[in-house]
Amino acid sequence: MPPAIKPQSTPPLLALHGVGKAFPNGTLALANLDFDVRAGEFLSLLGPSGCGKSTALRIIGRLNLPSQGDVEWPAATMAADQTNRIGFVFQEPTLMPWANVFDNAALPLVLKGMPAEIIAKRVTPALDRVGLAKFAHVFPRELSGGMRMRVSIARALVTEPQLLLMDEPFAALDEITRFKLNNDLLQVWQATGTTVVFVTHSVFESVYLSSRILVLTARPGRVSAELAIEAPYPRDQNFRTSADYAAYCRRASTALAQAMSEDKPAGDQA
Amino acid sequence: MSTPQTSQERRDRALRIALPILLFAVLLLIWEAIMRINHIPPYVLPGPGLILATLVDDWELLSQSLLVTLATTVEGFLLAAFGGVGLAVLFNQSRMLEYSLYPYAVILQVTPIVAIAPLLLIYLPQPLAVLACAWIVAFFPVLANTTLGLHSVDRNLSDLFTLYGASRRQVLWHLKLPSALPYILGGLRIAGGLSLIGAVVAEIAAGSAGAGSGLAYRIAESGYRLNIPRMFAALLLLSVAGIAIFYLLSFVNHLALRRWHESALEREA
Repeated sequence: MPPAIKPQSTPPLLALHGVGKAFPNGTLALANLDFDVRAGEFLSLLGPSGCGKSTALRIIGRLNLPSQGDVEWPAATMAADQTNRIGFVFQEPTLMPWANVFDNAALPLVLKGMPAEIIAKRVTPALDRVGLAKFAHVFPRELSGGMRMRVSIARALVTEPQLLLMDEPFAALDEITRFKLNNDLLQVWQATGTTVVFVTHSVFESVYLSSRILVLTARPGRVSAELAIEAPYPRDQNFRTSADYAAYCRRASTALAQAMSEDKPAGDQA
Repeated sequence: MSTPQTSQERRDRALRIALPILLFAVLLLIWEAIMRINHIPPYVLPGPGLILATLVDDWELLSQSLLVTLATTVEGFLLAAFGGVGLAVLFNQSRMLEYSLYPYAVILQVTPIVAIAPLLLIYLPQPLAVLACAWIVAFFPVLANTTLGLHSVDRNLSDLFTLYGASRRQVLWHLKLPSALPYILGGLRIAGGLSLIGAVVAEIAAGSAGAGSGLAYRIAESGYRLNIPRMFAALLLLSVAGIAIFYLLSFVNHLALRRWHESALEREA
């Protein structure tokens, strides 16, 4: 399926070449993973639990090193000051319980040793963007799960990242909260123009959010199918209930089922 | 959350304070009654009234001894606190140092202080030996707890610090020490009581040397003189000092953690 949102001619933001990852306990998480991430796109990695999609994300974020292959960053701007340009949102909010919302969101800037005035100038809009401006001095334990995740997203946004890596960030949230955060995330993505790589095991979530979906096989993870979701943004409740959406979901589900049956003996399809 | 629950909790708390006090008063009355009915002489067992009277009469002597013992306890505690936390941080930064020194810290801990005290008294001047005892006993819980705390950092938070290129010092100040704070405070709470015990043990051991003037020394001395009421009075002061130290440290613990840590939250709810 060649059609994609961005023309292929623009150089990718980054490219994975034959990336494999074996853990010391012998688990082969990834094998021969090849894909590009294009500037400005919303890319989802869709796959069953334990297919190594989180590992792929961690390799892109340089939290893990690949056992084979490499990650190439063609654009010179990224390579220069990479750590500043990547935001990471984990599956759990991963907040510091001893710090209030503001200090949590400010962490990346504090670690860079920025002066307090500049930090305030950048943290306040980031909190505003996720709807938490009024909660700057509240501690994480006083917030709901959805609000904690918003803090986590605000923290990832304060560095104005070129690339936002998200590892099943909404998996633990209830459906209503998840839908709300999906919409908010799309708004943030469009407003900031950042590139998002989003890991999920939810077909519906990936179709709703993404401009492109890569379906991964079960362990070891490889790209099994690519789906471009060409529905226009901004997407909202109308898209969620449209026939287009249902059709895309069906295609993604089929691709996922196909991916899961590829390496396994028959009868293992969930 | 709801009003009836809070009023129930308040009654619960009031009972928790009132019941032990009430029981204490009743026991004192029974004690005093038995003394009077059976005509037990005070050199065998003094009644609570006499103990209180002795406390007032000997206040000048006993309060000075109390100050001596408390000073030793506080110094031993502070040395243990800074030494324990400092060494744990060093261990955390250098694995080699931890491997080399940790076994010795354990040896220091498992060797009974009563057995070490006489030796220390031979090699060190008496006040220093007493202080060393207080420090040795109080030191290990701080070291062990802080070590545990520094290792109990949330993995994802640790990854996050890596991602944002935090330096070792930043990781220590912004991540490891705050994560370890509840553990450190727990260690300090134990250390406060132990420091008092160490000081008392050393004073008792030094008792025969005669130079001491702490509360434990008063107990030993009164024992030789069969001044039983003063023994009890000194013991009462030691006990009160121990309780005060415990609650003071619990209060500090509460102040430091009340905004965020699970252990401190229930009381507020």
